[in-house]
Amino acid sequence: MLDVRQLLRTIGAPVMALALFVALWSAAAARIETSIGALPGPGQVLLAARGLVAEHRAERAREGEFTTRMEVKRRAALAAGEPWRDRQYAGKPTYFDQIATSLATVFTGFLIASLVAVPLGVLCGTSPTVYAALNPLIQLFRPVSPLAWLPIVMILVSALYTSTDPLFEKSFLSSAITVALCSLWPTLVNTALGVASVDPDHLNVARVLRLPWYVRVRKIVIPSSLPWIFTGLRLSLGVGWMVLIAAEMLAQNPGLGKFVWDMFQNGSSETLAQIMVAVFTIGGIGYALDRGMIALQRAVSHDVRAT
Amino acid sequence: MGARRSLARLGSALLVAALLGSAAPAAAVPPEKDELKLGFIKLTDCAPLVIAKELGFFEEEDLYVTLEAQANWKILLDRVISGELDGAHMLAGQPIGATIGVGTKAPVVTAFSMDLNGNAITVSNAIWKRMQAADPKLAGPRPSHPVSARALVPIVEEFKAKGEPMRMGVVFPLSTHNYELRYWLAAAGIKPGFYTNGDSTGTRDADVLISVTPPPQMPSTLEQGTIQGYCVGEPWNQQAVFKGIGVPIITDLEIWKNNPEKVFGVTAGWAQQHPETHVRVVKALIRAGQWLDASPANRKKAVEILARPEYVGADAAVIANSMTGYFEYEKGDRREMPDFNVFFRYFATYPYYSDGVWYLTQMRRWGQIPEPKPDAWFDATIRSVYLPAVWRQAAERLVAEQHLAPADLPATDGYKPPDSGFIDGVPYDGRKPNAYLRSLAIGLKD
Repeated sequence: MLDVRQLLRTIGAPVMALALFVALWSAAAARIETSIGALPGPGQVLLAARGLVAEHRAERAREGEFTTRMEVKRRAALAAGEPWRDRQYAGKPTYFDQIATSLATVFTGFLIASLVAVPLGVLCGTSPTVYAALNPLIQLFRPVSPLAWLPIVMILVSALYTSTDPLFEKSFLSSAITVALCSLWPTLVNTALGVASVDPDHLNVARVLRLPWYVRVRKIVIPSSLPWIFTGLRLSLGVGWMVLIAAEMLAQNPGLGKFVWDMFQNGSSETLAQIMVAVFTIGGIGYALDRGMIALQRAVSHDVRAT
Repeated sequence: MGARRSLARLGSALLVAALLGSAAPAAAVPPEKDELKLGFIKLTDCAPLVIAKELGFFEEEDLYVTLEAQANWKILLDRVISGELDGAHMLAGQPIGATIGVGTKAPVVTAFSMDLNGNAITVSNAIWKRMQAADPKLAGPRPSHPVSARALVPIVEEFKAKGEPMRMGVVFPLSTHNYELRYWLAAAGIKPGFYTNGDSTGTRDADVLISVTPPPQMPSTLEQGTIQGYCVGEPWNQQAVFKGIGVPIITDLEIWKNNPEKVFGVTAGWAQQHPETHVRVVKALIRAGQWLDASPANRKKAVEILARPEYVGADAAVIANSMTGYFEYEKGDRREMPDFNVFFRYFATYPYYSDGVWYLTQMRRWGQIPEPKPDAWFDATIRSVYLPAVWRQAAERLVAEQHLAPADLPATDGYKPPDSGFIDGVPYDGRKPNAYLRSLAIGLKD
């Protein structure tokens, strides 16, 4: 049976709130005059979003023209018996390229963070001594802002990563490492808590069976602390995404953060609308990442209560 | 998509056939590196880089160039030094400062001067009103120019008496703007402050505190009242006029006629490893400069390209205000100023030693160079930073390709004749830097 009141609450209420938000925004936008024009309303932001899509298409068309020109040169070179090497199109990154860069960066950072945080968390959870030893350090570094880490990371990356033919851009590495440094803490703390709260009976059984420690960790500790670990990972990814935008602004990694900064620097009449498009994009992707992690958590831990 | 590709292939095959019919060009040395990433700051004087890319001058040299906007001058320089960027749009003082170790120390060189002039000093509306009250010549809708900083003296005194010195912004400690603003203030007897070993902010003994703000943030910093004025390149002075938050009162053209402004900088190591690439980049840039100065129609087209969000990104109307031969001081006070942005005329692209030495004298004048240096040091230093030989090689090839006329190459040993185009009329001879330092009223004397 369809419960109308239930339906109203789950669909009607959010729709109402959204409509109210858009109405308030439109009303406010018309009244606020900034030094670079009026605050854009929902309509202008939508237009700016369309503009970005059109720009993306135009850029791809230019890439096509470039490919054609290169084909001419390639044939000429081959016909003349000269060596030829394919060149990458050196155009500007479009908005969608920037989104892709941001996603690649955040997942790299998240991967580094997880590779460090989960094993360290297991160690902390299984050994109270290790936990006691590391706890002050964790508490000390956990609240540090990405903007404080970034200059240190950038200088270290410049000093240590000196390949002549680098696989990654330095700006990419700096941003990803900063994301990792800021986002590993929730996973670390949650894993430690999860491991520490494994049912002692299970561990006793393992002891009776004389299971070696790695089997104990693999068969008992990890499975029973999985929900905790995933909660940690989910929080970490959220933090990482938030931190990334700030890191990209300064590290010059060509993602959404750099987009926001560049548009701000433009100071044109389009600036505010374009930055608002980015705000909605960042929010939307953050939301999608979170839902993705929840789905993963459910699939792995059979924890249907995860929301 | 597939159909379009194959159509394109067919088209290109036909073109190849046409090309093969013509005589093959003489085999040239290929560039050592053909995929380059060059940095720039969102200022209209990045135009030669943008034009060289957009009009295909780079591609004609077999260079595939990505242009990337940088957050500020410090990050730009650091990324050139670390090799993340192959080269960049730089402040004229940056390669010199980096080479002698003012700020980050690393040998950086330049073979191409990107433009002359293009900066202005803007003050807030309130300061301008008080200057007009202090000097009747400045009152009215069309005050007489150039505006001397003398009208600013009583205001500076008032600020000082309140214990809150007046603050002004420049874009970088080594920037042309810093030296131009200091020159203008000092020419009216206002002390802009000295750099000392313990004070790298350059505010010791200062009547006006000069601080650093990235160019695009200048208008908003002025609007917030953090500073009362600034010296910056375009479009950030015209932006103040458009937004109605400030008044550009003097252009750098009036402070020092045809002063060298931005350069194209690379590290000394890069230049050594990529000699052919370097010459080709300079070739493309010289052609871009030539195109920019060729006609008003080209300037209009340049404005439209620069207004794209990936380049300068400001509104085309704002960029056009200074790029098309005019300059607007106050709203409505629009004056003809064909030399406000020079990209090619007056041999603008040639890296003159004397231009670089002037920056060295100013670095010494304000204490960024902490101890006195003999004249020979100035000459030796600038010869390690400025590479006119590379410029000449590029230009001679352009002459051979009939893109340049032989008369476009200056007959010079790198030093311009003594120049007296300064607002205070003090003559400058690049061969005698110490004598020049002694002739300036305010500043270190040797």
